[in-house]
Amino acid sequence: MLILRKFARDLPAMLGLGIVLVVVFLAIFGPWLAPYPQDAFQSHLLQRLKPPSAAFPFGTDNLGRDILSRVILGARGALKVALAVVGAAMAIGVPLGLLAGYTRGFVSELIMRVTDVFLALPQLILALALAQLLGASTESAMLALALTYWPYFTRIVQAETRRLSASLFVDALQGLGAGTWRILLLHILPNALSPVIVRATIGLGFTILVAAVLGFLGMGATPPDPDWGLAVAQSRTYLPGAWWFATFPGLAILVAVLGFNLLGDGLRDIADPRLRRSR
Amino acid sequence: MTSMLEVRDLSVHLGGRRRWLRRSVPPVRAVREVNLDLRPGEILGVVGESGCGKTTLGRTILGLQREAAGEIRLEGRSVGGLAPREARQARAAIQYVHQDAGAALDPWWSLGRTLEEALLIHGVTAAAERRERVDAILAAVGLDATVRPRYPHELSGGQLRRVALARILVLRPKIVILDEPTSGLDMSVQAAVLNLLLDLRRRFGLSYLFISHDLSVVRRLCDRVAVMYLGRVVELAPAETLFAAPLHPYTRTLLAAAPSLDPSTRPATAALQGEPPSAARLPPGCAFAARCPHAAPRCRSEDPPLEHADDGRQVACHRWRDLPGHSVPGAVSTAQLAAHS
Amino acid sequence: MAVDTLAVTGLKVSIQGDEGTARILDHIRLHLAPGRILGVVGESGCGKSTLIRAILGILPEGARVEAGEVMFEGENLLAFSEAELNRNVRGSRISFIPQDPYLALNPLFTIGQQLTETLRWHAPALRSNAQRRARLVELLRRVQLPDAEGALDRYPHQFSGGQRQRLLIAAALACSPRLVIADEPTTALDVTTQQQILVLLRELVTEFGLSMLFVTHDLGVVAELCDAVCVIYSGQTVESGPTAPLLKAPLHPYTRALLGCHPERSEGFAGIPGAVPSPLRAPPGCRFAPRCAHARPACSARAPHLLTPEPGRQVDCILYEQDTVPA
Repeated sequence: MLILRKFARDLPAMLGLGIVLVVVFLAIFGPWLAPYPQDAFQSHLLQRLKPPSAAFPFGTDNLGRDILSRVILGARGALKVALAVVGAAMAIGVPLGLLAGYTRGFVSELIMRVTDVFLALPQLILALALAQLLGASTESAMLALALTYWPYFTRIVQAETRRLSASLFVDALQGLGAGTWRILLLHILPNALSPVIVRATIGLGFTILVAAVLGFLGMGATPPDPDWGLAVAQSRTYLPGAWWFATFPGLAILVAVLGFNLLGDGLRDIADPRLRRSR
Repeated sequence: MTSMLEVRDLSVHLGGRRRWLRRSVPPVRAVREVNLDLRPGEILGVVGESGCGKTTLGRTILGLQREAAGEIRLEGRSVGGLAPREARQARAAIQYVHQDAGAALDPWWSLGRTLEEALLIHGVTAAAERRERVDAILAAVGLDATVRPRYPHELSGGQLRRVALARILVLRPKIVILDEPTSGLDMSVQAAVLNLLLDLRRRFGLSYLFISHDLSVVRRLCDRVAVMYLGRVVELAPAETLFAAPLHPYTRTLLAAAPSLDPSTRPATAALQGEPPSAARLPPGCAFAARCPHAAPRCRSEDPPLEHADDGRQVACHRWRDLPGHSVPGAVSTAQLAAHS
Repeated sequence: MAVDTLAVTGLKVSIQGDEGTARILDHIRLHLAPGRILGVVGESGCGKSTLIRAILGILPEGARVEAGEVMFEGENLLAFSEAELNRNVRGSRISFIPQDPYLALNPLFTIGQQLTETLRWHAPALRSNAQRRARLVELLRRVQLPDAEGALDRYPHQFSGGQRQRLLIAAALACSPRLVIADEPTTALDVTTQQQILVLLRELVTEFGLSMLFVTHDLGVVAELCDAVCVIYSGQTVESGPTAPLLKAPLHPYTRALLGCHPERSEGFAGIPGAVPSPLRAPPGCRFAPRCAHARPACSARAPHLLTPEPGRQVDCILYEQDTVPA
């Protein structure tokens, strides 16, 4: 397979893929991998703010919980938020983009103008406003992020659909008498999908970052959830002394976001149907 | 003899639209009052330079482009005045092969799936029947089942033409519109494709509307030829007569401009000066008058109708009777230029 | 006899690719006499564009000249350094007319801006912009561009395809070259426009005392324009000679087969069986042998000797060595 061979030679993309696989693995098997899985909720005030040691490789936090365990357990929450947000954004954005791209006139104009309005909303501000309105919780953060992320998909899909519907193979299908749904779902959608997948992959990383920021601002996850952003927020008070408290959850965010971005960039390079081979 | 396809006074307008809060765009009259008949088993050539409306004419007959005026009759049945979807259903017996056969295939679909899709669209639900019909047609166009799992970019230009033909032939059409079927092909591949077209016509009883700018191919392949200039048919005649003794001044210059392997045998006619006017701003009268060496004042005011000349020829020119039989005296051709150096 | 403007002998070029080394040009031989137009004819994949690039010294990355000479007015271009080529050869003594007039002009700059740039590089005698403009207007008039003065201030999209090709021809002539290489300059044009351009090229060659290498796949255009022809098949020169006799009575089986496919000559549209071999797995000896009706074992074993069966005509085919030419 040419496509895989080309991808395998792309070192940053392979690094990204490796990181993403680790994050996914941790998200699934975290409770069995973490040295102290019960530290998600239990505190041990006797061993608070211990520096990294053999027993606690990443040290402990202000409530004496093992930071390594909490970083591992945090992966599931981060990935869940990211997947839900990007999934919801795609579910809204992709069909709207197809519709706006394939039709001409009023409907298309309307969709694109509404998209522009949503694109103009700053993501964090809307998220903060919604959190105020609905109460600070992971759910309201997710709703706010999904509501601000779908326009990116609409834009990409609309532009691709417009380009593809002017292409010769769509013309040939119309000539054969193919119906609109067949053309749209079986031909235009798969052809428009590669940039969507690239955007979604990068979007997963981006959502992890923004969700962490919301956690940091106290508008996302609530204690005692093992959330990376929340952990960084809690560590502020102890910062000069307990450097490990902020560093390891922060690094987790950095590495996860980087991983998704590298993978997305790598996918962009191979999103070309000419790399498809029958044998 | 009844016609497979009759086109009466067909006009097509392109691109004009009324825009919201902006100035409206007037349409381009891409095809103007065209009359054509396609007889059973015939190859009717449509020739002309880019922008003459030959592709638009083909797409309108197919049904992808809606006509502004005129009548289209398929085997005596009126199939005009329909929106694209209905037009394609009423005209399933007409199919179209694109100029760029590779780009007309979905790059993400294997060829086998693409070929069967045509049947699926036309309601052949039994997978076994689809497979059988596709295999039979693949054999007819000189390919075999090994192309099924392959993707369009893996095939050569000649193979792609064959796939494009197979794709519409599975639908058992009666009329095939071929849009520049040999452009971009090497000479040796072109010969094989033309041979295949003749073979398929015989085998499946097809009639072709053969749109091309390559006069040497048209001359060899077509029974009759329609010459278009800026949306109108200016001359329509049996291929042999048209190439031997063209009537319309535009046909004459067109034939004289076509490169030939033996330039000395060709009649010398002045190279046409200038370029065709834009179809969006047509002059009154005959559209060719501005470039025509024989234009009279009448030509600039009154558009000549397509009239019947002798032996089945039709020509749209006020002055065809007055024109000299052959070459224009004093003209210099490329052939002569090549000769003196 | 005067020195040939361009003489290519024994040129071998290979390209290192993902799947191995492909010898794109296997042996190329062509001679272009001063003041003449030589047609280089071949089907797609025969190495025409690699040949142009080898002459201009702009081979793509991974390509290497293995052997051969490219003599331009008696000097071997392959021995020139990149800087020498830029200063004294490309764009000045050798100029190029590309195939696609739509792609060769930058849509963001006026014609005047783009063409004066070339003159600034290669015609230092013209000191001011006014002088350069005057020279360009003169050239644009010569290539019969309507409204030559106004043309310099317009943008590429404001011209038709034929007019753009005229602009590029004017640009190619701007620095008084000795050799013009034209890569299928009329392929994208309609026949009547093509005829106008061919007439113009012929006039310009005579008037400016140029030599022209005219690369094409269209035998009809060759018949109209060229004095001599060089036929290439899969990177090998198979036959060369003066146009009229070569087209009338081709010698090499490939040239015969190719002409036999032309609608004016063909009997029943036979085509040539088989396909052009990939240069990755080209047979040794004559590359046409696997498709040749007259091939014999020796054809695939060794390269044919160059033969001159008639004065001025050359053919690379074993059949002519043994005098066993098929009728």
